[in-house]
Amino acid sequence: MKELEIDALKENLPQVLAFVDEELESVECPMHTQTTIDIAVEEIFVNIASYAYESGVGNAVIQIEILREPLSAVITFIDSGKEYNPLAKEDPDITLSLHERKEGGLGIYMVKQSMDDVAYEYKDGKNIFTIRKILD
Amino acid sequence: MDVNVTKNGTELTVEVVGRLDSLTSADLEAELDDAYEGVELLIMDLGKLEYISSSGLRVLLGASQIMDEQGKMVVRNVTEPIKKVIDMVGFDSVLNIE
Repeated sequence: MKELEIDALKENLPQVLAFVDEELESVECPMHTQTTIDIAVEEIFVNIASYAYESGVGNAVIQIEILREPLSAVITFIDSGKEYNPLAKEDPDITLSLHERKEGGLGIYMVKQSMDDVAYEYKDGKNIFTIRKILD
Repeated sequence: MDVNVTKNGTELTVEVVGRLDSLTSADLEAELDDAYEGVELLIMDLGKLEYISSSGLRVLLGASQIMDEQGKMVVRNVTEPIKKVIDMVGFDSVLNIE
């Protein structure tokens, strides 16, 4: 398992993605799967950077573990900000017309749609969000 | 990300090159905000777009909503990986993809 601890700032997104991509590339993850994972990682990290800490800068810990059979990546995001379960957010209605469409909730919806597993828990004052994706 | 804007009368072509993510989407939005006036056809050329996250999709949705008031927006040259992301959020039914 590899771990990155970083200030939860949007401008640190490239470092977060580089950390994740390096691990995925080490197991020859297909490019389309890597892109799907990058999108999910971006949504979750930017969410933490935008909302977890009301004042000042907090940190985020990102862990990645590669599992075998089936080959998959488990990525965990931990922050010590305010308690927030993104999975509790209502899914956007994707059948609405152009003008009825709202911009909110798209990111987490994409995470839920594209990952094989998503899980959230709040433990010891920390938000722990985990995604799993089979690398096929 | 780079944005190449070409205006031909009331027709505006916006070519988005590279990554449309949480760091770059605001730049595209600002470019568009400066360019809408008098435009009746907005062509979003995504042929060289390599990556799009929800923040990029929000800009496409917003642009499409604005253009619907004053004309039309079409999305061109969508590559397979980008199409997959657009489909994932059901935007294939609200964007005019050619």
